[in-house]
Amino acid sequence: MENTIDIPQANPLTKKDFESDQMVRWCPGCGDYAILSAMTNALPQLGIPRENFVFISGIGCASRFPYYMNTFGFHTIHGRGPAVATGVKLANPKLSVWEIQGDGDALAIGGNHFIHAIRRNIDINIILFNNEIYGLTKGQYSPTSPQGLVTKSTPYGSVERPFHAGELVIGAQGTFYARTIDTNPKLMTEMFVHAAQHIGTSLVEVLQNCVIFNDGAHAGVTDKVNRDDFQLHVKHGQPLLFGKDNKKGLRLNGLKLEVVTIGENGITEKDILVHDAESEDPTLHLMLARLSPPHFPMALGVIRNVRAKTYEEALEEEREKITTKSKYHSVDDLLKSGEVWEIK
Amino acid sequence: MSETIIPSKKATKELDKVVIRFAGDSGDGMQLTGSQFSFTSALWGNDLATFPDYPAEIRAPQGTVEGVSGFQVQIGKIDIYTPGDEADVLVAMNPAALKSNLKFVRKGGNIVVDLDAFVLRNIEKAGFVTNPLEDGTLADYNVVEAPISSLTKTALEGLQLDNKSIMRSKNMFALGMMYWLFDRSLKETEKYIEDKFKKTPALAEGNKRALNAGFHYAETIEALPAMYKVPPAQIEKGLYRHISGNVATAWGLMAAAERMGRKLFLGSYPITPASDILHELSRHKNLGVITMQAEDEIAAVCSAIGASYAGQMGVTTSSGPGIALKGEAIGLAVMAELPLVVVDVQRGGPSTGLPTKTEQADINIAVFGRNSESPAVVIAASTPANCFDYAYMAAKIAVEHMTPVILLTDGYLANGSEPWKFPSTADLPPITIKVPHKENGTYYPYVRDVETLARGWALPGTPGFEHRIGGLEKQEKTGNVSYDPLNHDKMVRTRAEKVERVANYIPELEVIGEGDGKLLVVGWGGTFGGMRTAVTELQRSNRKLDFVHFNYINPLPKNTKEIFERYSKILVCELNLGQFASLLRSKFPGMNIQSYTKVQGQPFLVTELKEVFIDHLKD
Ligand SMILES: Cc1ncc(C[n+]2csc(CCOP(=O)(O)OP(=O)(O)O)c2C)c(N)n1
Ligand code: SF4
Ligand SMILES: [Mg+2]
Repeated sequence: MENTIDIPQANPLTKKDFESDQMVRWCPGCGDYAILSAMTNALPQLGIPRENFVFISGIGCASRFPYYMNTFGFHTIHGRGPAVATGVKLANPKLSVWEIQGDGDALAIGGNHFIHAIRRNIDINIILFNNEIYGLTKGQYSPTSPQGLVTKSTPYGSVERPFHAGELVIGAQGTFYARTIDTNPKLMTEMFVHAAQHIGTSLVEVLQNCVIFNDGAHAGVTDKVNRDDFQLHVKHGQPLLFGKDNKKGLRLNGLKLEVVTIGENGITEKDILVHDAESEDPTLHLMLARLSPPHFPMALGVIRNVRAKTYEEALEEEREKITTKSKYHSVDDLLKSGEVWEIK
Repeated sequence: MSETIIPSKKATKELDKVVIRFAGDSGDGMQLTGSQFSFTSALWGNDLATFPDYPAEIRAPQGTVEGVSGFQVQIGKIDIYTPGDEADVLVAMNPAALKSNLKFVRKGGNIVVDLDAFVLRNIEKAGFVTNPLEDGTLADYNVVEAPISSLTKTALEGLQLDNKSIMRSKNMFALGMMYWLFDRSLKETEKYIEDKFKKTPALAEGNKRALNAGFHYAETIEALPAMYKVPPAQIEKGLYRHISGNVATAWGLMAAAERMGRKLFLGSYPITPASDILHELSRHKNLGVITMQAEDEIAAVCSAIGASYAGQMGVTTSSGPGIALKGEAIGLAVMAELPLVVVDVQRGGPSTGLPTKTEQADINIAVFGRNSESPAVVIAASTPANCFDYAYMAAKIAVEHMTPVILLTDGYLANGSEPWKFPSTADLPPITIKVPHKENGTYYPYVRDVETLARGWALPGTPGFEHRIGGLEKQEKTGNVSYDPLNHDKMVRTRAEKVERVANYIPELEVIGEGDGKLLVVGWGGTFGGMRTAVTELQRSNRKLDFVHFNYINPLPKNTKEIFERYSKILVCELNLGQFASLLRSKFPGMNIQSYTKVQGQPFLVTELKEVFIDHLKD
C-alpha cells in the first residue's frame, strides 16, 4: 500500500522549523501547550516538506493552534473545520492536512461535519482536544462533560449524557482512532505520527486539561496515584496488560471485557486478549473505546487502524474511468455536443 | 367531431409570434413533445423561449390536476424574450390538463383535446362536475376534439407493441398535429425518434407512425383553423444550441475554471431549483470538475472555501434556505479574502416558501445578509443563456478581486431555456490570477494590489509562502491577528473599498430607448424578458419611455447615477416587495424612485407591465 509521505528533504526539518513567530496565548498551565510541543516534535519525523502541511481549525481555545505553527494555516469558523479541511484535501491531495478541534467545536456545533468527514474517509488528521468544557467562552458544559458537572450554564450540574468520541468514530465507519493525554508528550508525538501515516481519516482524541474552567477533568486517569491502574496502553499485536507491574490484563468473558490479574485464579498471560487494531470488525475497538474508571482502565494508544479506500482515491478512480470513456475533452467540446444547428 | 376526409387547401395565416402550451399527465411525455417542437422551430429559424411547468408532487396520481405537466413555448419571427403570457394553442391530453391549463389560454385561442380521455371517470378526477366539452366551459375558445388515443391505436395496428407502449406514442400524434398547424417538417423529430429507439425498432416505427398520423389527421379535418406560418426570425449567423439556465450556469463556471487553469470545486447540498447545477457538474469530472454533495449547506460552502484556499475555484450552489445557512461562512471568505462563487437560484420564500416557483427576493440577503460589515460582490443573470456569461464573470471577479461573489439566478431562468449562439471559449474575456510576491524575502498575505486592492493568492504547497489566515481581524499587510481599533477601522473600510472598486471592471449600463426623460423603467435579473418585450412593444407604438436592466447589483455600474439623473421618474419593477428599489433609494437619495412589485411565484406578464407603464406615463 502506498504511503502519503513525500520524498524526505535534503536538510531534515527540526522542531524549530515548525514554530511560528506568534506569541502563544493560552492560559499558563493549559494542556494545549504540551500538545503544540508534541506536534512540533512529530512533524519533522514525517519527512514531509514543510510547505505541504496545512493546519485547519474551527473556533475555540484549541482552534488557535494553527497560528502557532509555521506551516500553512486557516483558522475558520466554529465547528466547520472538517468541511474546510475536506475541500483543501480534495483540491490538493498532496497536502498533509491537519484539523484541530475542541470538544464543543467537533461534537456540538460541528457534530455533523465531524461524522461525515470520518464516514467519507478522506485522508486528513483530526486532533480532538477534549477538555470536556467550553474554554474560549469561559466555562460552559460541552457534549463530553460528565453528568453532574457544575459549570456556568449548569449551576446545578449537567443533566445531559455525554458523547464518547471513540463511539462516534466507530459509528461513523471510522478507520483510525487513537486516544492520548496531554501529560504524556511521548505518547502524543507517537500518536500524531501514527495518525499521519494512516491513510484515511485519522482521529486522535487528546484528553486535555483546561486549568481554568475544568481543572482535573482527567485526573482520574492522569494522577500519579491512578496512572498505573487506570491507563491501558494498547499496542497492535500486544496483550492488553496494565497495572504497576503489567500484571493486570483484559480478557473476554462471553461478550464482555473483564479485568483479571495474572497469577490469580490460574490466569496466565495466555488468557489475556491480544490487541488487533487492524481488525475490520470494530466490536472490540468499540469495547476498548468505552472503557473508563473506576471499574476499568482508560485505553490509550491506537485503538483502531484499518485501511479502506479513501474518498479522494475513489474520486480519482472514478475520474480515470470517465476520462477514458468520455467524448468531451474541453468545455468547447461540451458546448458543441448534443443538438447543435447553424444559422447561415 | 369532424369526419371530413376531403383534403382542403387551407388558407395560411402569417403570425409574428405564437405561444403553444402542451399539457398532459406526468407520464404523457409533454416535456419531450414541447422540446421537440422547440427544436424543430429553432432549426426552422424561429427565435423562441420555453418554460416547463412541472408538477410540485413527484408522483401525483394519474389523471389528477396535481399530476399535470406542462411545457410552454413561444416562437416568433421577431425577437422572443419570454415564453409568452398566454397560449394561442393549448394541447390538453386529458381533463385534468384542461382544468389546470385553461387559465393560461387566450380567449379565442385554440384548444386541442384528446377526446378519448374525456370519459366520466377522468372528468370527475379532474374536478369537473360536468363534461367541459359539453357544458359551455369552452364557449370562448375554438375547440378541436381529436380522438388522439384511438387514432394512435389504429395507426399502430400490426406492430408488436403492448398497449402501454402504444398509448405512450400518443404524444407524438399530438405533436404531428402541431407540426401541420405550424407548417413544420417532421424530419428532425423522426431522426430523434430513430436515434432514441435505436435498440427497439418497433417503438421507433410506432412513434413515427403516430407522428405522421397526427400530421395527416390535422391536414384532413376542418376543425383546425388556418394553417399558421411563423416565418424565420432575423437571427445572427452562427452555431446554436438550446440551453437552460442551470446548465448554462454550470458550463459558465466550467469555462471560467478551464480558462484560469484551476479545477472547479463544487460543494453543494441538493435543493430545488438549484440541484440541476450539481447534477450537471457531477457529469463532468473528466474536465477538471470536482463535485461533492456535502452533508449540509454549511459544509458545502466551507468545503468550497477550503478548495479556494488550496488554489482551486471554489463554488457552492443553493437556493434561499441554503443561502441563509451559508451566511457565516461567506463572511469567513470576506475576511480571509478568498475567491468564492455562491450561486443562489432564487425561489419563493420565506422559509420553505414556494420551492418550485420563482421570486427575486434574495437581493437583501445577498447584499446585506451577513453579520457586521461584510461586503460581497452581487451579480444577477437575466436570461437562461446569459447564466453562462454571468457565471463566468462571477468566477472571474472572484479570483481577480479575491472576494466572494454571489450570483443570483431564479427558478424561472434556471428551468427556462432558449436557443443560444454559444461562444468559443477562446473568445471569452481573459482571467488573470496575480502571482503573490515576497517583500525582502518575506511573504505578507495581506499585501494588496494597488488598483484592485486584492491580496495575493498564495497556495499551500508553495515553499516559502507559509502563512496563517482566518476569521479574526487581520493586521494590514502582515495578516497577523490584530485587535487594534484603528487597524480594524482601516480593514473594514478597505474590504468595502475593494468591492466598490469592482465597478471599475464591469460594463456600464446601457439605456434602451430614446425617451424624453420622463420615465425610466428599471429591472434586474430574471425579469429581463418580460420587461424588454413590454418596453419594446410600447416604444413601437411611440410611447416615450426608456429602460435599463441591471446585471450588477453590488457594486452598481459606474454610470448608474448619471443615467438616473436624466429622468424625472424611475420605476423599479421586481418580484419582491421593493428590495432593489430600496437599495437604489439609499444610494441615490432625493431621486424619484418608485416601485412596481409582485410576489405570486410567477414572472411578470407583458400585458401587465404594459398597463403599468402606460399608467405611469399618464401622470
Ligand atoms: C457560530 C458560533 N457560535 C458560538 C461561538 C462561540 N464559541 C466560540 S468557541 C466555543 C466553544 C469552545 O469550546 P471547545 O470547542 O470545546 O473549545 P475549547 O475552547 O474548549 O478549546 C463557542 C461556543 C462562535 N464563535 N461561533
Ligand atoms: S481557558 Fe482552558 S482551554 Fe482555554 S487556554 Fe485557558 S486553560 Fe486552556
Ligand atoms: Mg473544549
